[in-house]
Order: sequence, then C-alpha cells, then structure tokens
Amino acid sequence: MSDPEQDQHRAWEEGGPERLYVITSGRQVPERHSSLDMVTLIVSRNEPGPGMQPELAAIVRICGYPLSVAELSAYLHLPVSVITVLLTDLLASGHVEARASALTQSLPDVELLEAVMHGLQNL
Amino acid sequence: MDYRISEPVVGPRREDTLPASVTTAVKVVIVGGFGVGKTTLVGSVSEIRPLTTEEIMTQAGAGVDDIAGVERKNETTVAMDFGRITLSDELVLYVFGTPGQQRFWFLWNGLFEGALGAVVLIDTRRLEDSFDVMGRLEERGVPFIVAINAFPDAPTYPASELRQALDIPDGVPVIDCDARERVSSRDGLLTLMRYLHALTTTNPERR
Ligand SMILES: Nc1nc2c(ncn2[C@@H]2O[C@H](COP(=O)(O)OP(=O)(O)OP(=O)(O)O)[C@@H](O)[C@H]2O)c(=O)[nH]1
Ligand SMILES: [Mg+2]
Repeated sequence: MSDPEQDQHRAWEEGGPERLYVITSGRQVPERHSSLDMVTLIVSRNEPGPGMQPELAAIVRICGYPLSVAELSAYLHLPVSVITVLLTDLLASGHVEARASALTQSLPDVELLEAVMHGLQNL
Repeated sequence: MDYRISEPVVGPRREDTLPASVTTAVKVVIVGGFGVGKTTLVGSVSEIRPLTTEEIMTQAGAGVDDIAGVERKNETTVAMDFGRITLSDELVLYVFGTPGQQRFWFLWNGLFEGALGAVVLIDTRRLEDSFDVMGRLEERGVPFIVAINAFPDAPTYPASELRQALDIPDGVPVIDCDARERVSSRDGLLTLMRYLHALTTTNPERR
C-alpha cells in the first residue's frame, strides 16, 4: 500500500505536486489572480507555435471557439491555478485573448441580470 | 511519464462549443450539504454533460490537523462539477456545484468572487448541514436563495417554520425544488435572478 515509488507515480499521474511543478516551470502558483476568473472566456488568435510546450499547445488548439478557464481545467485535467499560470504566458505571447467578463463589480448590473432572466425564461 | 497531453487533445465535442460571438460569462454557485442534489441540479440545467474542474487548496495554520494523511500536509485538491447554459449569442451562464464531502471548497479562490449569487439546496432530513453553508455565504457577502429539494421520505415543514428553524433572513426567497427536473432547477435560478434584481434596484449601495 505505501510503496513510495508507487505513491510518487500516482501523485504524478493525478497531477500531484511534481507534475504541476514541471508544467509551470517551477513558478509559484499564485494565490489569487487579478484578471482571470474561472469563467473568463479564452479564444485562440492563431495556431500553436512549433516546439511549444504541450500544455500550452493544447490550450491554443482547443480554444478555437471560446472556452472558460474552468472548461480548460476540466478538459486538460489541470487545476484552475495551473491553467491560469499557463494562460498568463499565452496572453503575453498573444496566442490567446481573454474576454474578461462583466463580473467582479460589487453588485451585478440590472441590464445583465435582465439578460440572464430573459435567457433562462426562454430555455 | 504522463502522455495525456501529448495524445490527440481531448477538447469539447463539436456540439459543445460556444458560439464565437459570446462575449460575456457569468456564474452562479449551488451549495448545500452532502448529497442534497447539487450535482443533479447542475446536470439538469446544463446544456453540456457536466464537467469537473479542480483546484489545489493550501490551508495554512488552523485546521491542518483535519487533513493529516495527505502527502503534503497543507495541500489538498478539491473538485467541483459545473455545467453551462448559453443564454444568448453574447451571454453564457456557468453553474458550479460545490462538493459536499470535501471540506475546503469554501477556500477556493475566485469561486465566489464575481459570482452573481448562490442557490442553497436543502434536504429537510439534514437541516443542520445548511447552517454552515449559509454562514459561509453570509461571511462572503454572497446573496443567496434557499431551495428545498423534495426527497420522497423527507419531512415537510411550512416555509415559515423552516425560515425560523434555519434563521433565514427576511426577504431571502425559500422555494421548493426538484433538482432532477430541468424546469424546476431553471426556476430556482430564475428565483435567484429576480431576487438579485430586486436587491440591485431597491438598494444599489448594498455590498
Ligand atoms: N427524490 C429526489 N432525489 C434527488 C433529488 N435531487 C437529487 N436526488 C438524488 O439524490 C442523490 C444525490 O444527488 P447528488 O446530485 O449527487 O447530490 P450532491 O449534492 O451533488 O452530492 P455530493 O456532491 O456528494 O454532496 C442522487 O441519487 C440523486 O438522484 C430530488 O430533487 N429528489
Ligand atoms: Mg455532487
């Protein structure tokens, strides 16, 4: 049960600390992010570059249509904070763009709520 | 080695892609005790098969003893189900269902920030579970409504009695719900939106 090699292997497979460290090139996964929310929509601007890190290329490839940070986390089996680190690179290099949502103000705006209600009523 | 990413990438199925025109995403959170029907509700309103996202929680100081046994004493991974509803060509709603048994979901950074609000699901057989959940929302200033998920063998109480027993603030809507029914779950979300709308229009200084 507690074969250390097996445990380590399992931690890696499940996205344990070692694997995440490698994916983010050892950068500290930040505690809190300023601009990227779980529902910030990400869209690619071009094709993955040659020799791009596989996780970065994967993001660029599947964001041909908008996908939220949460969906990226789900499809790539990586924690949201790791996705956020990867996206920081991709945003800086211009491979993807973020459609920042109209969230994070204190109270939602009335027009936004009305649009949500209207959409729900039509389901 | 991990080859998952090197294999052909698993992304959304064609029919699960959002229109390219979508510009705005909003989110709501479904909370409640263990087994109250959070995942069921997410699944019944979602247009996509519910997905699972995860986050690493770091717990410093108090409470570390509680998660002894994990490899890194102060780190744990929390998983959360979510679904999606495309509301218009521009607007999409994400619905997150918190895990019932994992104890640190409320530390998830960014879960409540920017959320429109929350639906608290209640099973009347286990009312005590809901205190903690509502307390967490109040702490964070997240507006919520209460939905009583109707399990067949669950005791029924008049709404006023429940309100008193659970100390639900006046004005917070309390509704009945069947999380398995799409329309009923949708109506729960609508009740939340109407409540938020009322809060916003009557008291714009709140929060
Ligand atoms: N009768 C009835 N059963 C329900 C309802 N909602 C959920 N269930 C059942 O209750 C069980 C638990 O539902 P889940 O949706 O998994 O509950 P959950 O809150 O996600 O559970 P955890 O994530 O483990 O806390 C499932 O077997 C559901 O089919 C409901 O409205 N009525
Ligand atoms: Mg669940």
